[in-house]
Order: sequence, then structure tokens, then C-alpha cells
Amino acid sequence: MALSKVWVHAEINENGVAPITLEMLAKARTIADTVEAFVGDAGDGVAATLGAHGATTVHATGDLGGKLQGVHVAAALAAAIEAGGAPDLLMLGTTYDGRDIAARLSVKLDKPVLTNNIDVDVTDGIVVTTPIFGGTQLVKTKFAAGAPAIALFRPKSFVAEESGGGAAAVAELAVPDTGAAGTAVRTNRFVEETSGPKLDEAAVVVAGGRGLGEAAKFELIEDLAKTLKGAPGASRAIVDAGWVPYSYQVGQTGKVVKPTVYIAAGISGATQHMVGMKGSKNIIAINKDPEAPIFGVADLGIVGDVHKVLPKLLEALQAR
Amino acid sequence: MNVVVCVKQIPDPADPGALNADHTLKRDGKLILDESDSYGVEMALQLVDKAGEGEVTLVSMAPNGEVSGLRTALAMGAAKAVLVSDDALKGAGALDTAKVLAAAIKRVEGADLVLAATESSDGYTGTVPEQIAAILDLPSITFAKSVEIADGTVKVQRQTEAGYDECESPLPALVSVTAGVVEPRYPSFKGIMAAKSKPVDTVTIADLGIDAAIVGWAGAGQEIVNVEAAPEREAGEVIEDDGEAHVKIVEFLDGLKVL
Repeated sequence: MALSKVWVHAEINENGVAPITLEMLAKARTIADTVEAFVGDAGDGVAATLGAHGATTVHATGDLGGKLQGVHVAAALAAAIEAGGAPDLLMLGTTYDGRDIAARLSVKLDKPVLTNNIDVDVTDGIVVTTPIFGGTQLVKTKFAAGAPAIALFRPKSFVAEESGGGAAAVAELAVPDTGAAGTAVRTNRFVEETSGPKLDEAAVVVAGGRGLGEAAKFELIEDLAKTLKGAPGASRAIVDAGWVPYSYQVGQTGKVVKPTVYIAAGISGATQHMVGMKGSKNIIAINKDPEAPIFGVADLGIVGDVHKVLPKLLEALQAR
Repeated sequence: MNVVVCVKQIPDPADPGALNADHTLKRDGKLILDESDSYGVEMALQLVDKAGEGEVTLVSMAPNGEVSGLRTALAMGAAKAVLVSDDALKGAGALDTAKVLAAAIKRVEGADLVLAATESSDGYTGTVPEQIAAILDLPSITFAKSVEIADGTVKVQRQTEAGYDECESPLPALVSVTAGVVEPRYPSFKGIMAAKSKPVDTVTIADLGIDAAIVGWAGAGQEIVNVEAAPEREAGEVIEDDGEAHVKIVEFLDGLKVL
């Protein structure tokens, strides 16, 4: 059973349409006859990319200025759905704005939203797959509240693929008055300067944890990442401790990464962390505790002191 | 300045999690304060301190009248708590939980600000705070990494993929905070003793005027069809560093052609 219509949230970042959107569009094409996108922004600039990945129409609110996405996009979607345009399924990313929009919409429609999914199947109703307990078990849940189903997907659950389609048609997604709930505004944006590839797109990720001992030693991680033309990452423990910004965090609450090589240095491998990196193609772990759970998923495990292994590794690589 | 903080009492994350036969999370042992919520409690205490007046009220939903996690937050300095405990809430999803917490928040008079963690450590949907805001028709700013209040306005640095946004909202409002927004205090001995006699208003969903048919399994609008073990990743070679382990890593990287 294929679905008749799926709507995919088009998330926009500083480089245009975010990878999560293109990943979901690829999946949507395999489960629905009609795939359309919606965006809390102007549609013209993204219609070509969305069309090339299979969306025939993009429902666009137009530039929201400083208005927050959650309240306004959800209100616009609810109005469109009440007017009779309901899709069978709405797909959004488990991202900051994706969660806000889905949460607000679920209240407006009085329907559940299922979060953190990594797959969806439509052979017998709409069934999503969600990892629990740090990804050790998979739960399959069927939507039972009628259309539309609202589901949030973790980044990198699907592989983006162009469909060869022409630009999507742009349709207006009118935003109704949002009253008191709509009074929060964004006044400024700050982009943290990073050099090198992005954490969730890099072929090599070098991540550090509590085993580094102190914040200053994170420099080792950054140097190694730079030498390998990769991106530095971090466990939640050292982000909470304030050693590095939240944008470095890999794991359940942080980024999902699937690089060619993931090097975990001084990271024990809490389930919280593993769920964000277990999908890496190759994993190298360096930790002084031979019982550390990270060794259970590592292709190459080094039981040793990161303060000894990393400087020698850096030297050897830089000598090449 | 009165602040309501939503807190969750969860099974100790150090113990392996388990499911009941009906696929609900086993929550029958002792529950503790979700560490993620200690940040919201600390933030609330600091905002009330700074304002020089008002108090912090906790709102929680848990089975069996569980209060041990609430006592931890009361020991940190919260003044009182509302606990919703009802067998009908077994199997409650994120939206049901938001309906119940929103109704409990309404019992707290004069709340200027509602704080919550961005997500719980066990369920981790990350949708409940925004759903509560929607039900209460409040403006909201989620994923805060800093929170300040001045002249009836809450100013927030909101986490984004690339950095952060500066956002602001008139009060009353709801803000969800990330871990690391503040450093939570450890309860003092005096605080722990005082917490024992702080009021916990334990209510049922009937007290909140909520129909049992719309929450819990009965109203979930979803049905778990299967739970299975995820495919395991095989462990590879583990070696002891003999001073030359870096050579092994270089060889491994060479084999992958990433150098």
C-alpha cells in the first residue's frame, strides 16, 4: 500500500536546503504517489533543489522575518489541513525547528507525534521504527489516530538521491493570526566560526571525552582532526562541563554522524553517545579502561593513555 | 517572579532499562530526578534569586505517588511541588503528558515563566515543552543555552545547528533549557532536611478535570506492534598500547585510504 500524499518539511540552513530534507524526500518518493514540501520561508530560492529531489510542490509561508518557526509554520499547516489538504503523513527532521513545528501541530490537530524515528514502512498502516535504550532495541509503532500522521526522523536515516525532477511549483501557505503564542521573536543570529568540514558531513571525525582530563587537552583532538582533514567532536560529558560548545556534541542529544572513520579518544561509550556514532563505517577507540563499552563497537581498539597515543599519532601523520 | 519547572522522575540511567509486557517502560523501582531537569531547577532558582521575590514550584507526573526525585529538587531550593499520579496515565505518550502537565501548571497561581528540560533522558522526544506551550497558548523559546529576565521580557540564546539565535518573548512564557545552561548546585544538608517538610500537592487526573479516555494507552493514538534487538555491531581487534599503537592506527587509516 502506497500512501497518496506525503509532506516533507524543508529545513533551510546557511547553505540552502539541509541534508535531512533531501534524505526524507528520497524516502518519501518510495512510499507515496505525491511528494510535496513545506517551508517556513520564501519558496522561490529552494524550489529547484526540492524539485530535483522529488517534491512537485513547495508550500511556502514566505519570509517569516524574526518570527519563530514552530508556532507560525504549525498554525499555517493546521489551517491548510483543516481546509481539506491533509496529507497522509508529515515528515520532519528531529531538529530544533522540526521538533517545535511538530509539537505545536500535534496540539492543534490533537494527534500524536512520534520522534527520533530511523525508518517508516507503509505496507500495513504507517509504522515507524525508533531506537530506544541507546539504540540497543528497536520499537515499531503504528499510527492509529487517522491522517495526518506526524513523524520526526533522525538525520542520516535515509540516503539522499536526486529524482531528476524539474523545479517544484511554489504554493502559498498562509499563516493565520497566532495571538499571544506568536509573540516570541528572534532578534539576532550568530554563526560560530568553524574551519574545515562540518561535523555531520565530514569523512573523518575525531571525538574527545572526559579521558582527556582537562579542557586544554582538547587541542589534541582539534589538531588530529585538522591533520586528517576531518571534524572535531565531543561527548556530552565535556560539553556539559563547558570544555567545548554544544555544536561539537555527538550523541542522542547532539549530532548523528556516520563518517568513514570515527576516532573516539578518551570516550567510554555511554549509550547516549553510542546512538550518535554507531553507524560510522569504521571506529577506532583509544581508552585506558579495557572494560569501556566503546571497545564493544570498535573495529580497532587501543587500550592506552590518550596523552601518549595521540601525540605520537599526530607526529607520525604529520611526518608523512 | 514565580517560576514553574517541569521535572521528570526516571529510572536510574545507570541501570539497564527494561520494558513491561505491554511495552511500557519499567518504572516500578525507585525513581530519581532526571539530571537534565536539574538545569531547569537551578536556572529557576537563580532567576527568582535575582528578582528578589517569588518562588519556584515543581510540576511532575509519575506512577505510585513517587516523590524521591521531587525531594532532590526541593532540597536544591524549590518551594513546593504538584505531582500528578494516576494509574490511567500508564502508557501516556508525549502529547498526553503535555496535557496533564499543562493542567497541573494551571493549578499554580501567578506563574510568570515555565521552564523544562529540552528532553528527558529516557523518552527523549523533545516535544513535550513545546506541546505544553501550545496547550497553554503561551509563547515559547526552546533549546535555550542562556536565559535572562529584564522588564517583563525573557531573553534567550537559542541553540541552532550553526551557532545560536538571540530570541526574546514577553512573559508569561515557556522556555526549554539545554544541559549546561547553568551549573546545578548540590543540595545542602540543610536543604535536604528542609525538603522533607515542603508541600507536595498530589493529584489525580480527575482532580485536574482530565478524562481518563483521552490519556494513557486509551488515548495514545498509536500502537506498538513490535520491539526487537537492534543488529549488533561486531567488536574488532583490541590491543594494549605498547608504545607503538599509533603505528597500528596509521596502518588502519592507510587501509581505508583516508590519508
